[in-house]
Amino acid sequence: MTPPTALDARLVVTRPGFALDLELQVAAGEVVALLGPNGAGKTTALRALAGLSPLSDGGRITLDGRSVHGLAAESRPVGMVFQDYLLFPHLSALDNVAFGPRCHGATKAEARRTAATWLGRVGLAEHAGAKPRQLSGGQAQRVALARALAVRPRLLLLDEPLAALDAHTRLEIRSQLRRHLAEFDGATVLVTHDPLDAMVLADRLVVIENGSVVQQGTPGEVGRRPRTDYVARLVGLNLYRGHACDQQVKVEDVLFSVAEHLDGPAFVAFSPAAVALYRSRPDGSPRNLWQAGIEGIERHGDNIRIHLAGPISAFADVTPAAVADLELAPGQRIWASVKATETHAYPA
Amino acid sequence: MTASTTPTARGDVRRPERSGVSGRVPWVLVVPAVIGMAFLVLPLAGLLVRAPWSTLTQRLAEPQVLEALRLSLVTATAATAVCLLLGVPLAWLLARVAFPGRRLVRALVTVPLVLPPVVGGVALLLVLGRRGLIGQWLDSAFGVTLPFTTTGVVIAEAFVAMPFLVISVEGALRAADQRFEEAAATLGASRWTVFRRVTLPLIAPGVVAGAVLCWARALGEFGATITFAGNFPGRTQTMPLAVYLALETEPEAAIVLSLVLLAVSVIILACLRDRWVNSP
Repeated sequence: MTPPTALDARLVVTRPGFALDLELQVAAGEVVALLGPNGAGKTTALRALAGLSPLSDGGRITLDGRSVHGLAAESRPVGMVFQDYLLFPHLSALDNVAFGPRCHGATKAEARRTAATWLGRVGLAEHAGAKPRQLSGGQAQRVALARALAVRPRLLLLDEPLAALDAHTRLEIRSQLRRHLAEFDGATVLVTHDPLDAMVLADRLVVIENGSVVQQGTPGEVGRRPRTDYVARLVGLNLYRGHACDQQVKVEDVLFSVAEHLDGPAFVAFSPAAVALYRSRPDGSPRNLWQAGIEGIERHGDNIRIHLAGPISAFADVTPAAVADLELAPGQRIWASVKATETHAYPA
Repeated sequence: MTASTTPTARGDVRRPERSGVSGRVPWVLVVPAVIGMAFLVLPLAGLLVRAPWSTLTQRLAEPQVLEALRLSLVTATAATAVCLLLGVPLAWLLARVAFPGRRLVRALVTVPLVLPPVVGGVALLLVLGRRGLIGQWLDSAFGVTLPFTTTGVVIAEAFVAMPFLVISVEGALRAADQRFEEAAATLGASRWTVFRRVTLPLIAPGVVAGAVLCWARALGEFGATITFAGNFPGRTQTMPLAVYLALETEPEAAIVLSLVLLAVSVIILACLRDRWVNSP
């Protein structure tokens, strides 16, 4: 049984030179990540949900069956964690968290009790009296989360929740955040441009480009079957759009033989590690083989990433030893191939 | 790194970093600069040199001096309170609410800054005087007359000093990060709560700076006060008015009163320090 849809929204925001139009449904307890390049409209969507930016004609937001797009930000049952947290600098961590309950009519003592409980839940009970400037980035992030949750929102919004943290803290806070989001029973929408954050934290990814949804699905689906160059880059795959005829997909002048039976427009995706490079044309099947020029060479983890230009542009990951053996250098012509079993094709 | 880039060890005054241009300082700039400095400092030095130091305490204890000082402090403080009560909301409106004619209102609000205070006094008389537009009605309806009263002094001082507060607070509001206010709104705070619990604490330094400037301006107010409130000892005769009057009859008393005002000014400057004076 699927849980009931908590958030049902069509976010329409039109500004000069920019248009956002996306449908968004989030179930209770579900975490949806809005993923997209800078300027795609992720933050605009989040602000519209929070009531900080007005919706244009045609937009609507329904939360637990109640229409909320006509309400001002302070009247919406929404909690938001901002990118740089925006903890009130003049209030202690405890009073920051107590701010929301206080605004919702709790007495000072009640609000502080609620705040103390939340601070305890995020493991910061002993920092209750600290001012925001005395907190580390990770601690501030947790106070911001506690502050947003303390108003018992039905919709939790997180704007780049981990972007302001250093790599080490990020790892730790990411797993903590995942735990807190799992405990939250309302709908969660988080915005990120980091695919790893999205994959770890979200149940479902919604990829936005230029103000509209280009792909959505579980992290696994999106990771295996990217549908745009942006998504392919995010998940680290080479992606081509071509024309399929049975077990062959023709992309430009290159013919890929694939395992899937397809007809019509199709995508072919394969990992850069599946690409093999040869100095001279290898014998055998002409399929999955093309001649390319080396455009660039860079380190990529333990391997070397080769940027290939040609009929199709591609990334190839090879070992440093292979680079030495093949004497690879920018500008050089080379043959590239990929095994049929390593390619993955699906309808476009 | 060279010594010029290391921060100064003492004092709050941050020296601007020296640029790459070196060589002799041109006399064309140094000579006028020194003359300018002397021009500003010498009159104050003269005041100190000519002060009747031997009889100073005795003169300060004279009833008229104490009376004028008390009146000045009371009216300047009351005028500052009025300015805070009206000026902070006005600054908020100018900084946060887009309404038609906002630029015009902002320009009008700053008029008293450049207006000769005497003209301000005349204008106040025309509006709040016994025969004035509003004064007439105040007189007939409530029997209230404002000119030539202590309340009149407060009004004249507030009229002249309020722009200092409004400009200072509006600048602080514009500089403050409005996203804190958005964060407060998402937590359920109404606009009034946001203002009270978030905006005001964030701009507190700007408000304090504005209030101090405002108070200092009110304390030194002369033109509008003498025009609108007259010069009655004990009722409307503030320190600057007393200084002016004493100069004709008793120059030494004028020096003593001036010294008091100078001391107050120096104390204010010391309190403000460079941080607040430099803020918009």
